[in-house]
This record gives sequence, structure tokens and C-alpha cells, in this order.
Amino acid sequence: MRQNNKRPAACLFPALLVGVFHVAAANADDATVALGKQVAFDSGKGNCLACHMIPGGESPGNIGPPLLAMSARFPERAVLRAQVSDATVRNPDSIMLPFGKHHVLSEQELDAVVDFLYTL
Amino acid sequence: MSIRIHKVAGSITAFALLVSTTICLGAPSPDTDLAKFQRYFSERFPAVPFDDFANGSYALDPVLRENWEAIEEFPPYETAIEEGREMWETPFRNGKSYADCFGGEHAIANRYPHWDADRRMVVTLPMALNECRTANGEEPLPYKKGKLMSVLAFVTFESRGQKTAVDVPAEDDDALAAYEKGKAFFYTRRGQLNLSCAHCHVAYPGQLLRSETLSPALGHTTHWPVYRSKWGEMGSLHRRFAGCNEQVRAKAFDAQGEEYRDLEYFLTYMNNGLPLNGPASRK
Ligand code: HEC
Ligand code: HEC
Repeated sequence: MRQNNKRPAACLFPALLVGVFHVAAANADDATVALGKQVAFDSGKGNCLACHMIPGGESPGNIGPPLLAMSARFPERAVLRAQVSDATVRNPDSIMLPFGKHHVLSEQELDAVVDFLYTL
Repeated sequence: MSIRIHKVAGSITAFALLVSTTICLGAPSPDTDLAKFQRYFSERFPAVPFDDFANGSYALDPVLRENWEAIEEFPPYETAIEEGREMWETPFRNGKSYADCFGGEHAIANRYPHWDADRRMVVTLPMALNECRTANGEEPLPYKKGKLMSVLAFVTFESRGQKTAVDVPAEDDDALAAYEKGKAFFYTRRGQLNLSCAHCHVAYPGQLLRSETLSPALGHTTHWPVYRSKWGEMGSLHRRFAGCNEQVRAKAFDAQGEEYRDLEYFLTYMNNGLPLNGPASRK
């Protein structure tokens, strides 16, 4: 189940990506995944457990959907990354924080979180 | 003389008509906000009787409620009530007392917050108590915790069972403006986490933020001051406002500053009709 997507080069041309299912390719390295997990679980960083059930995380909230089967539901890495970076694009009323837009997470941390999500 | 009165009454009727026409045209009005707000919560939680919303998240979750009722058997706010009673009954150094500031009464919680037409501002109960002190040559007390919580606990306890009854006088534009400012505050996203009060307390009440069950905003104002286990002591409504602001990494405003007084004015108005049931204990 450990599938990881390489950042698609095509994300420079987001319009071309629409409808294209980008299938997982290379493995993100373990260190990045570990960083992503740490960032996701740290209450001073991603604090994703405040709202999401995530396998391996204790006493999760249930405000957002459980984060499971990510590669099946987010075949395109850019879409998943955008959800974490600025959830208000898809849902203007979203309670989920725009982690990238508000600089809660760095670009590197965002990538690591997305790598981690693809292991779920 | 009687003719003059007649004229005034006539123009009041005309004014009332004007106001009700604007309401029909859909102009913003506290009345319609209130109806919508309360309908939303009763439709969302049809099993919760209206008065029970005054118990916060304990109205929603039977397990939480059981633990809370066990705590309430030996209420952790009881010593505060007793200390407050003593403070109320002990004269100030000038021989006057709190009662002298409030027409000899102490069950005064449902008079607040109110729009003070002379001072052009919202006046809250903690503020009125401190102003009573300073008018009598005593030091004002801190607004978030400490001895003022005890006086508040006493007054609130004595006012139990009164109904929330905040008025936004329709003929006063500035009162309406204060209400509108409080409302805007409530619905505005703020802080690095980009959340409004409504996100947590209107959109997701009953759901878990990590391990905390979010309370509905209907019920937020009925029971202050609160003994909160996490604080290990009594605290005020504005202390809670500040905590919720800081939680989203926003800057907190001053307790009893204009922002929080206007917010309290709006939020308490939205709670109109609920019984006052403070002081209370919370997790
Ligand atoms: C304050 C609550 C909250 C926090 C914190 C939060 N989310 Fe979310 N998340 C939501 C909600 C609610 C949704 C549902 C869609 C929406 O409203 O935006 C969601 C949707 C998602 C989705 C889309 C899931 C799907 O099935 O559509 C992903 C992926 C996601 N969040 C990841 C994260 C990650 C990663 C973090 C931490 C870095 C995080 N979330 C933190 C509330 C939150
Ligand atoms: C990130 C989510 C979040 C936001 C945003 C938030 N709160 Fe809270 N609030 C909580 C949590 C968690 C608690 C503790 C559990 C409970 O009672 O809801 C709480 C408790 C409260 C309480 C005490 C409820 C009681 O029964 O005693 C009040 C009042 C309150 N919040 C008001 C506000 C106001 C006003 C705002 C906006 C200025 C706000 N909150 C913003 C999460 C939030």
C-alpha cells in the first residue's frame, strides 16, 4: 500500500492536468515521510489530528473526513497538495486552515505532509 | 398637554411602522437574526430542549454530561460564591456597599449587557461592578480572574432562573451599530488559523476538535463566571473569548475593551430567552 507520487512535472501546466490520472511512481524517501508524519501530528504544526482521523494518531477529532486511501481518492498529487495548501479554494467556507497560504507550513513541510498522506 | 402626548404617541406609531416596513424589505434586523440563529440550533439538535442549550456541550453528549453532573454535586465554584457574598455584604471603606450602586438589589445579572444610551456604549456586569468600586474609592479588580469572579459568582448565583433578555433599542442607530460590530466579529475569520467563532461553534458543534466536544454558540453566555478544570480556577467570559482568539493564533483583545463588549452584546442577544444558570463548571 505504500504508494508515493513524484511531483508531476506537468504541474507547471495545471490546465493540462485536468482529468489526467497521475499514477504513483517513485517512492518518496523514508525521511521525508517521517518528517511529514511528524508535521501532521505535531499540535504546533499541522495538528491534522485536531480534525481528522489518521491511522497511528491518538484521540483524533472528527470535524473533517478520515484521511485514508489517499492515492485512490487523490490520484493527482497537485490536487491533494492544493487541498492542504489552501482548502478554501475548493470550499470557501472551509474550517480547514490554508496551511500554505498562511505560512503555517513551509513549502518543504507541505511536500513532506503530502508524501506522508500517500502512505495512508 | 394631553394633545402633545397624543402627537408623540402618533409619531412613535409612525416610526414603528417605518421600522417594520424596513424589516419586510429585508433590511438587517436583530429580530430576524435571532429567529434564524435559534431555529438553526433547534433544527440541528431536535432532541435538545431549548433551555438545555444553557448547558453547553453537556446538552449534546450523554457521557460528558454524566461526568459533569458528578462534578456539580460538589460544585467547584461554591467557595467563589461564598467569598463573593462576603464581599457584597462588607461595606467599602466609605461605608457604602455594592448594593447601594444597584438599588439595593443583587439579582441583577439579566440587566446586562445593555446599551447605555447616555454613555453611548455597551455596559457589562463586570464593568458595572468595577465602576461601583471606583465610584466608592476602591481599586478596580482584574477582569479575567481573581476576586471580581467571586462577586460575579455571587450575583450570578442569586440571579439563577432569570431569562436572558438583551434589548437592542430599535430607535438608536449606535446601539444597532454596536450589535452589528459584535456580529461581524463573530463571523470574521481571524488569526493564522483563519477561523471565525462561527466555524467552531455554529458549523461544527457536537463534533470533536481533537478530544474536545465543541459547544453550540446558543448557550455560550448563560453561565459566567466558570470554574474551568483546565484553568484550575474561576474565569470570565472575556477570558474565554481571549482563549478562543489565541487558539487560532490571533491576538486577543482586552477584556472589557469595546470589541469584546460588542461581541458579548451580540452573542447574549442571540441567547435571548435562555435561563441564566451560572456560575458553572466546565472541563
Ligand atoms: C480545523 C479542522 C481541520 C484541520 C486542523 C485540518 N483539516 Fe483537513 N479537512 C477539514 C474539513 C472540514 C475537510 C472537508 C473539506 C472542507 O471543508 O474543506 C477537510 C478535508 C481534508 C482533505 C480532503 C479529504 C477528502 O476526503 O476530501 C485532506 C486531504 C485534508 N483535509 C488534509 C489535512 C491535513 C494534511 C491537515 C494537517 C496538515 C488537515 N487536513 C488539517 C478540517 C481540517
Ligand atoms: C478552533 C476552534 C474554536 C474557535 C475558532 C473558537 N472557539 Fe470557542 N471554544 C473552542 C473549544 C474547543 C472550546 C471548549 C469546549 C467547548 O465548550 O466548546 C470553546 C469554548 C468556548 C466557550 C465556552 C463554552 C461554555 O459552555 O462555557 C465560549 C463562550 C466560546 N468558546 C466562544 C468563542 C468565541 C466568541 C469565539 C470567537 C472569538 C470562539 N469561541 C472561537 C474552540 C473554538
